[in-house]
Amino acid sequence: MSGTRVPAALVALAGLGLLFFLLPLAGLLVRAPWDQAVAGITAPETVTALGLSLFCSLAATVVSLVLGIPLALVLAKTSGSLRNVMRALTTLPMVLPPVVGGVALLLAFGRRGLVGSLLDQAFGIQIPFTTAAAVMAETFVAMPFLVIAVEGGLRSLDPRYEEAARALGARGWMVFARVTLPLLRPAIFSGAVLCWARALGEFGATITFAGNFPGRTQTVPVAVYVALETRPDSAIILSLILLAVSLAILVGLRDRWLGTP
Amino acid sequence: MTRRLTILGLALVLCACGGQGTDSLPGESSITVFAAASLQPAFDKIGARLQTTNNIRTTFNYAGTQTLTAQVQQGAQGDVFASADTSHMTTLQGSGLLSGQATIFAHNKLEIAVAKGNPKHIQTLADLSRAGLVVVLADPSVPAGKYAQQALAKAKVTVHPASLELQVTAVLNKVALGEADAGIVYVSDVLTNGKVDGVAIPEEQNVLADYPIAALKSASNPTGARAFIDSVLSSDGQATLKSAGFQGV
Repeated sequence: MSGTRVPAALVALAGLGLLFFLLPLAGLLVRAPWDQAVAGITAPETVTALGLSLFCSLAATVVSLVLGIPLALVLAKTSGSLRNVMRALTTLPMVLPPVVGGVALLLAFGRRGLVGSLLDQAFGIQIPFTTAAAVMAETFVAMPFLVIAVEGGLRSLDPRYEEAARALGARGWMVFARVTLPLLRPAIFSGAVLCWARALGEFGATITFAGNFPGRTQTVPVAVYVALETRPDSAIILSLILLAVSLAILVGLRDRWLGTP
Repeated sequence: MTRRLTILGLALVLCACGGQGTDSLPGESSITVFAAASLQPAFDKIGARLQTTNNIRTTFNYAGTQTLTAQVQQGAQGDVFASADTSHMTTLQGSGLLSGQATIFAHNKLEIAVAKGNPKHIQTLADLSRAGLVVVLADPSVPAGKYAQQALAKAKVTVHPASLELQVTAVLNKVALGEADAGIVYVSDVLTNGKVDGVAIPEEQNVLADYPIAALKSASNPTGARAFIDSVLSSDGQATLKSAGFQGV
């Protein structure tokens, strides 16, 4: 893109787009009760919610990596209507309202759910209202972002590298671990970051499937919602902390891992 | 694929905008009513009646009272506000957001919601502290949650809730779905939801919830707002509220 001039009309639209992101952020920054910021950050509720949010979002990202990369691989190697069905299923959580996703999770993994009732009867395991439920809700909503990114990376991969590895006698697992995965690193990384960011901000599916209890299922977005009504100042502080943490990680890691300026 | 998703996303946005359309027929006026979630079964009927008698079309915004209060404080436009407690109404009054005084139009009491047939044999508030029981309450910021805390304090019972839901209907739904064994909700909630049974809480442990209603200062249709409030206070309106499990005034 460097060297070519972007038409003025497009620059204007881009500016509008940027402004659309900037103004809500400015609203938060301007209205923030800065004099209470330190007390807000060190308040035990804040620390608990933030710790829980980081744990849940990272756990959701790990689960998404373990299940999502193989899923992307299968999607990329399949064709025809089977692939379309699988892909539609994978991307469903992206268009489903998260609250509906939460209800669907209850109907599947709740005490009376399709799988949940069996878990309850056989092992006495109840998932709703647990931290595991919060991780599942976040995974459900966030994993599609990883799968899409990795599948995109796989499609733009030059197949000759894998063919060469096979021609040299490498078996399936070795090709995957030594050739495919390293080549996919940028796609996996950007997918994981998107997935993590989505998991960190997840609200609707979490509140529906996992409920709201401090230290167990009250992640930062849920805590913000609860505080918004009783202590609006704390809600703004919490939102800013979430924002700062995600920005720091996004900016800090992206350059290092992708090696882009 | 990405493009198709984008188009789908745009379509959804357009649909959402379309749903908000307030194009009214000639002679018809419209109002927006912010009402506590527990009022939905009764208010839907009162709104339908107002459409036929006064040709006023009512759009309802049902949510937890604390959510509605925050919305109005942040400048949401509405004509009528009906709250599940007096303290949020007082907050709005203090911020100068009401037009005139609030009027109490109904009372409600608490009840324990349990699965149909009460399989866990819950008889009293004290039973809610039993180990192994999944109990869900409304968050103390929600009127129903505040009342539940008061009732539990009166009964000298400590419960360990699995979740503190953000509106009373969410408590009800968790019990109706079978995810929770019990929850503390309003008598009216149990009556209008066919999927749960109610266990009465004795008078001396119960809490009487007052429901006030008022016109909002931001009302774009003050006449319609007045008509709605009159309709709630009329004998027809009171009968509807009573049949939905509320106590009249």
